[in-house]
Amino acid sequence: MIASSRSPLVWVVHISVILLVVLWTLPTAGLLISSLRDKDQLAVSGWWTALSTSSQNLTGRAASPDEQVERDGKFVIAGNLLEGGDSKVSAFGFRPLQPTAFEAGALADIGDGQTLTVKDDGSYEIVSPTRMEGSRGQRIFYTAAIPPRFTFDNYREVMRAAGIGASFINSLTVAIPATIIPILVAAFAAYALAWMKFPGRSILIAVVVGLLVVPLQMSLIPLLKLYNGVGAFLGVPAKTYVGIWLAHMGFGLPLAIYLLRNYMAGLPREIMESARVDGASDFDIFIKIILPLSFPALASFSIFQFLWTWNDLLVAMVFLGTGNNELVLTGRLVNLLGSRGGNWEILTASAFITIIVPLIVFFTLQRYLVRGLLAGSVKGG
Amino acid sequence: MQQLIFAIATMAAGVLGCAAYFFGTNWILDKLFPSKGLTGPVASRNLRITNAIRPWLFLGPALFSLTIYLIYPVIASVWLSLHDRAGENFVGLNNFIWMFNDGEFRQSIYNNFLWLLVVPAAATFFGLIIAALTDRIWWGNIAKTLIFMPMAISFVGASVIWKFIYDYRAEGTAQIGLLNAVVVYFGGTPEAWVTLPFWNNFFLMVILIWIQTGFAMVILSAALRGIPEETIEAAVIDGANGLQIFFKIMIPQMWGTIAVVWTTITILVLKVFDIVLAMTNGQWQSQVLANLMFDWMFRGGGDFGRGAAIAVIIMVLVIPIMIWNIRNAAKEMEGH
Repeated sequence: MIASSRSPLVWVVHISVILLVVLWTLPTAGLLISSLRDKDQLAVSGWWTALSTSSQNLTGRAASPDEQVERDGKFVIAGNLLEGGDSKVSAFGFRPLQPTAFEAGALADIGDGQTLTVKDDGSYEIVSPTRMEGSRGQRIFYTAAIPPRFTFDNYREVMRAAGIGASFINSLTVAIPATIIPILVAAFAAYALAWMKFPGRSILIAVVVGLLVVPLQMSLIPLLKLYNGVGAFLGVPAKTYVGIWLAHMGFGLPLAIYLLRNYMAGLPREIMESARVDGASDFDIFIKIILPLSFPALASFSIFQFLWTWNDLLVAMVFLGTGNNELVLTGRLVNLLGSRGGNWEILTASAFITIIVPLIVFFTLQRYLVRGLLAGSVKGG
Repeated sequence: MQQLIFAIATMAAGVLGCAAYFFGTNWILDKLFPSKGLTGPVASRNLRITNAIRPWLFLGPALFSLTIYLIYPVIASVWLSLHDRAGENFVGLNNFIWMFNDGEFRQSIYNNFLWLLVVPAAATFFGLIIAALTDRIWWGNIAKTLIFMPMAISFVGASVIWKFIYDYRAEGTAQIGLLNAVVVYFGGTPEAWVTLPFWNNFFLMVILIWIQTGFAMVILSAALRGIPEETIEAAVIDGANGLQIFFKIMIPQMWGTIAVVWTTITILVLKVFDIVLAMTNGQWQSQVLANLMFDWMFRGGGDFGRGAAIAVIIMVLVIPIMIWNIRNAAKEMEGH
């Protein structure tokens, strides 16, 4: 627009935008790549090295002396340190302080006339002139070059063992009803605030705008008390799905009413007036004309509400239990951060499962999301 | 699976119940005060009555849940903040006096102040720069989508992503955290970033900036496109260069939008809780008000008085923005 395409400045613009895009996408890319890596490689090398062969210092143990066989008058223990794969051993040793004392294929004297050799394919052989004693096998230190390995094992693991699978269903159970129920309630209210005449209308609109920014923190304690009271009074648990749906509805309503009212108020007055002349009541006008016309605004709000309820942690921690069939994905992820803080293969795969649904929603319905954002904030809010 | 069926059934019941309420009440209203097919004073009287009642039928469920979930709690929180931990005995301003003498609270206020200073400014700044830059290149929309994407990621998910970046391994071993790897590559010593008092605040803020820049960018980019072409053309004719046009023509016309973006992010910052909980849980002097409030809500069986008092402080900080919003909305409605 301003800088013409001939200007060298254009290149500066291109390069800086590329830099910014890389900065913003790299964190998520790192997570995705890491979640697909073999967990042993993930723990020792950065994800940016995922495609190169990594060199790892490993410790193995030879088979126990029980398995020695007699061959040509000597006692031999043989086996393989590497379980298949394309890995290559480059060096080995038998003392912890000198883990790479010998090159692969060399013959190491480990005392008592015994020798140890490890070939580059990982096969080892301990040869002794006398019968070997003891029950534990010789420790062997080795350096192996391990080719990149990608696997879905981490995902399999978290879906089953870490409880992410169950939490996925819990999150759906929270998010879907908590998205759909408020829409209907908000749409009727928005129509009343946009097109019906009654005393106190502008005060109500002001109240809704004010409630838009009320911090959730204000609601938590009184509602927790209220829920406990209602639960005790009715003899039902205080933390239920119905409770959290209603809570999400209450917290989502100001934005829903505000967005929908703004949209409906912008619809042409003539449509409604001609329908009214034909004898339609407000109810008919709303159901048959306004609701279908408001589809874009309804879609915008439902995306907001779905993302918000799916991504929410605070409301779920307060109003929903922590049992296996109630803990939502975000809550599970926080628990994993505490209990499995160092197991990045668990954390990265779990995190990716929690963000994949919002990302799909984002990429497919981005248009409505943008439209909703613009309607929700540019106009005064 | 059973649970999903239960969810779908309850969802259907909820939606049908809602629909039944709206259809049912309207049907009853029309039956009680019929106006269709009637003429004369009865019809006009009935029409007047239905027109007076119907808005409240439409608004009923929404007003009910707004009252229960937002209006009542605000009042109750203020009331609770003046009472003891169980909410039974009136203690006056004791909770607030305790608060201002509490080191952790003062730490939280200080940290929140840092967050308020840095996050809205940085997110708006980056949003504006990116909006202006992407406007001029053919693949701008792709770039915008990618920068907007973190918006969809939960705070907890984002915390895991960034915790991985900040990961620390002892010096001498291979770093798997990107930040420490870069530091080591340039010859520095690796650090456990989130445990450094004071500076860890900024490492947590980066997460929120990363998420919110997309929001700022989308809104500001729309505002940039809304700037009348003539003003820019006039400046070009007067011989202004690109930077002058940006700072002297475009920015002044966008102040309103910039203020909206700024305040929206400010409110979000006051409520930020998940990031601190997931990254440090307030350790290493990184506590903020929202997490402190949550902490007191459950700490030692829960101290509702102190928790509510902290919530009231957050509310007080939001009130100026609330008033500003209501004023703007009222102004706009007069324009209608």
